[in-house]
Amino acid sequence: MSGFDLSGLTASFGGERVLGPLSLRVREGEQVALVGKSGAGKSTLIRLIHEQVGRNSSLVPQELGLVNALPVFHNVFMGQLDKHRTWYNTLSLIRPFAADRAAVKNLLDELGMAEKLWIPTASLSGGQRQRVAIARAIYRDESLLLADEPVSALDGPRALQVMALLRDRFATSVIALHDVELALQYCNRIVGIQDGLIELDEPSDRLSPSDIMSLY
Amino acid sequence: MLSYPTVRASLIFFAVAIAGLLFADIAITASNPWRDLGNFFLGVVTPNFFSSEGLMTALLRTVAFAFVGVALGSFFGFLLALVYRLLPVRIFCAFIRAIHELFWALIFLQFFGFHPLTGVLAIAIPYSGIFAKVYSEILEEADPEPRRLLPPGTGMVAAFLYARIPDCWDQMRTYTAYRLECGLRSSAILGFVGLPTLGFYLESSFSQGLYSDAGAMLILFYVLIASIPLWVRPKLLPIYILAAPFFLGEGLPIVWGNVERFFTEDIIPAPLRGDEGLTGLLPWLNDLMINEALPGIWNTILLTQIALVATGILALLAFPLISNHFGGPVRRTSGHVFLVIARSTPEYILAYILLQLWGPSMLPAVVALALHNGGIIGHLIGRQTNNIRLRPDAPAGFNRYTWELVPRVYRSFLAFLFYRWEIIMRETAILGILGIYTLGFYVDSAIQNIRFDRAMVLILITALLNIGVDALGRYIRRKLALQTMPTC
Repeated sequence: MSGFDLSGLTASFGGERVLGPLSLRVREGEQVALVGKSGAGKSTLIRLIHEQVGRNSSLVPQELGLVNALPVFHNVFMGQLDKHRTWYNTLSLIRPFAADRAAVKNLLDELGMAEKLWIPTASLSGGQRQRVAIARAIYRDESLLLADEPVSALDGPRALQVMALLRDRFATSVIALHDVELALQYCNRIVGIQDGLIELDEPSDRLSPSDIMSLY
Repeated sequence: MLSYPTVRASLIFFAVAIAGLLFADIAITASNPWRDLGNFFLGVVTPNFFSSEGLMTALLRTVAFAFVGVALGSFFGFLLALVYRLLPVRIFCAFIRAIHELFWALIFLQFFGFHPLTGVLAIAIPYSGIFAKVYSEILEEADPEPRRLLPPGTGMVAAFLYARIPDCWDQMRTYTAYRLECGLRSSAILGFVGLPTLGFYLESSFSQGLYSDAGAMLILFYVLIASIPLWVRPKLLPIYILAAPFFLGEGLPIVWGNVERFFTEDIIPAPLRGDEGLTGLLPWLNDLMINEALPGIWNTILLTQIALVATGILALLAFPLISNHFGGPVRRTSGHVFLVIARSTPEYILAYILLQLWGPSMLPAVVALALHNGGIIGHLIGRQTNNIRLRPDAPAGFNRYTWELVPRVYRSFLAFLFYRWEIIMRETAILGILGIYTLGFYVDSAIQNIRFDRAMVLILITALLNIGVDALGRYIRRKLALQTMPTC
């Protein structure tokens, strides 16, 4: 159920076509990396896929979409607002339940920031904010992940750790990445975008970094 | 310079005000205005806090009315803000906020009498309209992204509480606190129509020539406003709001027969009430328009335009008083004190005092409006200049003022001024109650002559005039591409 098959995807900006027309079919179990120059249309494609597959996917947009005034806990908990009654959510806003606290804390622990649970997101660094958005996407517990440069603000080892976590938690994913090494290492299919069109579509094990560099 | 639209707009407004001065009735008619003014200042520096217990009661009532009125206004304003995108709601809110608190009080006095409900509703109703507009603007500016990212099945309430309110909370709190300060001023002037707040105390001290009592009241009022950050604490607010209704005083009981008569008889136009029917309505309306509405509108517009330009000039002159770019700490401190006093004193109280001292004419009204509004805008602009970093070799003194600072702040200055245009007109109309021939004068006389039908039509006209000026102000702000924040 978590795959999708989309065709005729196009996007225009100010009367000029920036993406497509293109088709993309992703089967369950495929972990797709979107690579290409900045401005090639990766973010637009992620957004289009999100619009098309409905909202039954976990999205990590580039601008993260955090509620800055709320603490980390609530930003993560927002991933499961649909699973509880209104009174439960309202009460959680004032005083979260122990079970949810433990679940969110465990998740943050895996992302290496459990101690930030009650810090307002506004006061976090860029990398920490990115991890909060990722935690929210994981907490939402869908099998399809759509992510736009989810680790761009994380340093080397942390980026690897988070990418591994995303690979383990989501059976199917489409992740825009500018880091070719990460793409080859953590995704099993590479889709290269150039000038709004798909220029490359191969399993990762058939590609080397130099094959992808031609896109840049 | 003339090629700048902002300069051209300013010059047009300036020319209109100068032309207005030719028609306006500007004079000092009191026989010895300076001695009276001197006596008044003598009273302010020799305040008498212990003349009667009336002062403390009036202070308590002022705070209580402000809290109940603003709390109700913010509650209903919030509810209205949730449905503000509906056109009927927007029109309704524009209408209720276009009618001044004192007009609402005058209306409710006719059928609720001196019951606390009169004062509470007089504040709560127009404030609901204002809160609805500003809250909805704040809510609309919230980042839409978190809402888009919520899981599809999220309930409306949870989505609103998690993804909207937190982002807006700070701004809404700041604005509500600012409105509470306005509410204290509104509550104080309700005393002028007979409610038991500070205005009533001021009027009775003045009429007996007890300037030291009046001075004590003014000083207490400034302290009350200036110390808001000290005594209005988030933790104490629920206590204040729960306690306030018990300190409104007893007033007089409501006579429900009056309420019924007001709606079924009093406000029905006289010819319809009598046997003339619709044929009599046209002459009745004609007479009302020619003898009361049109002179009232003319004087209201005249006074508004003069006061608007005077406000602008005063604000431009006053902002250097608190700007870091000039002078030393002594001048800045006294500048702050002057501007705090100017903006904390309600226009109505300033006008009342000046009118007592100088005699009736438009002059006291212009000075009062300019002092209060110029104080507010001067304060905001002065604070803005403190964020400007000048190059180290920038000119000093008057050249710094004219070449470096005024050009930099002029656009936001105009934005604030046009934003306050509607507020100045609302106040201008109401100052008529003090005896200046603006619309408020004709409303007040109609009420005193127990012709509520005429009063209601005149209040309606006043509201429409305010809505018109508000729209024009917004149009000019948009045309000149001026931005403002609602907290002005």
